[in-house]
Amino acid sequence: MSVDKETVAKIARLARVRVDESHKEALAKELSNILGWIEQLSELDTDGVEPMTSVVSMTLPLREDKVTDGGYPDKVTANAPEAAHGFYAVPKVVE
Amino acid sequence: MMSDLTNLTITEARDLLAKGEASSKELTEAHIGAMESARSLNAFITETPEKALAMAEASDVRRKAGTAGLLEGLPIGMKDLFCTEGVLTTAASHILDGFHPTYESTVSQNLWNAGAVMLGKTNLDEFAMGSSNMTSHYGGVESPWRKAGDNRPLVPGGSSGGSAAAVAARCALGATGTDTGGSIRQPAAFCGIVGMKPTYGRCSRWGIVAFASSLDQAGPMTRTVRDSASMLRAMAGYDAKDSTSVNAPVPDYEAAMTGNIKGMKIGIPKEYRVDGMPTEIDALWLKGIKWLEEAGAEMVEISLPHTRYALPTYYIIAPAEASSNLARYDGVRYGLREEGATLDEMYEATRGKGFGAEVLRRILMGTYVLSAGYYDAYYNKARKVRSLIAGDFAKAYQKVDAILPPTAPSAAFGMGDKMDDPIAMYLLDVFTVPASLAGLPGISIPAGLSQDGLPLGLQLLGKAFDEETVFKVAGVLEEAAGFDAKPAFLAA
Repeated sequence: MSVDKETVAKIARLARVRVDESHKEALAKELSNILGWIEQLSELDTDGVEPMTSVVSMTLPLREDKVTDGGYPDKVTANAPEAAHGFYAVPKVVE
Repeated sequence: MMSDLTNLTITEARDLLAKGEASSKELTEAHIGAMESARSLNAFITETPEKALAMAEASDVRRKAGTAGLLEGLPIGMKDLFCTEGVLTTAASHILDGFHPTYESTVSQNLWNAGAVMLGKTNLDEFAMGSSNMTSHYGGVESPWRKAGDNRPLVPGGSSGGSAAAVAARCALGATGTDTGGSIRQPAAFCGIVGMKPTYGRCSRWGIVAFASSLDQAGPMTRTVRDSASMLRAMAGYDAKDSTSVNAPVPDYEAAMTGNIKGMKIGIPKEYRVDGMPTEIDALWLKGIKWLEEAGAEMVEISLPHTRYALPTYYIIAPAEASSNLARYDGVRYGLREEGATLDEMYEATRGKGFGAEVLRRILMGTYVLSAGYYDAYYNKARKVRSLIAGDFAKAYQKVDAILPPTAPSAAFGMGDKMDDPIAMYLLDVFTVPASLAGLPGISIPAGLSQDGLPLGLQLLGKAFDEETVFKVAGVLEEAAGFDAKPAFLAA
């Protein structure tokens, strides 16, 4: 599987990360190389094999559905680049 | 006196403090001096000498009161991937600029509860993605080792490179690491120290900056196997805040080190004899086999037939999970923000500026393999192969108690080498990734020197939650190897 510049632009957009136009060609080549190397998995017959969902066999624990934490918005937003009145501040979303 | 105190093992330092022959304050001051004298290594991103002294003084008070913990008063380094309350936590990434967590990771809290003292936050590959420590936003770490007759700087390995260099150079008695595909074991091998990745679920992941959640595990990096056993005991334990943390008692790992491995069966996987493996690695492996045989263990040839598929499987699963985990760095909640006219433009500008080249590559790979149309072909395929790899180990462990492979296919290389070829860098993890995919415990111990005079490691893998056997066999291997070489640079 080979990746072109347009695919790089598309996945960069999906990942919400800006990639300089000048880097797209090189990235396309790198990703194509890595995908080419990964391609060797296709020679393995995995029909009927269950995909791994948990590396250690365990049941996820359940807890009572009640609020046990919280009530400190200042602490939560302490590291925000921009916060006001206990909320995160972002560029205008709704016109 | 200073170098006397920094040359101690954790066990020796613990006894010294217990006998009242030194205080934690004295021990900590010696290590702060060592850390400061070793700044040329760039092993620490943040030094916390004032915090260290305050913790040491509090520790001396606790000892007088008779409430000493397992690691009471012992100064250690903390990989800068663990969130530490009020102390800058960077994951070696530009995107976490200025992040001061308002909470403490469970593993670091466990260590403080055991009495340990924090010297500072150690350098690493950005978001723990790398095998050289060269992808850190704060610059590469220099190994304290040099090739014989060659003064060019070498990498300490990665991603826990700062921890490995700090422990090898005697700046810290021990340090924490995290291992996703080999990030504790490979730098331990490169720096001539002991690195232990416990079973997935043994240490809580809560408060560790996430890379690939189904693989990440914390573990100790120390200068001896016994130190590793005592430090892991303090780090491990059930934590309700990590849903994959296992609710099982933590054994006294040191007590398991009886030195008696008579009649134990050790698996030698034939598939680990890879093409182009340097003869010195092969020779060291044969020595390891001989040492264990002489101690009365029985070697059993085993087959792990899917070994060669482990790396490509890992390089689908780890980037897929990383692309999802790293979605949280959005310029809203913490760290860097680059302005944009719209919310989307702000996200893209922030993430474009904040992530380094290797992290970007993995986010894009991960996004690609998870995107519509490729999910089955790549991600689900990899999860199926992962089941096969885990199945190989399960089958082998019906016949053997532990498995002995080398740790890495080479000794350390020069700073800046291999940077233009991602796949060459990925191949360094060929012997460590399979156990990561299967969630199994593994330890690397320094077992010999390369022809160039650089440390080489041997690895021991165990059954899930059987770290005791791993420590028991590793202790025997360590004694037989008698590794006593010291790096060219020692802090003093």
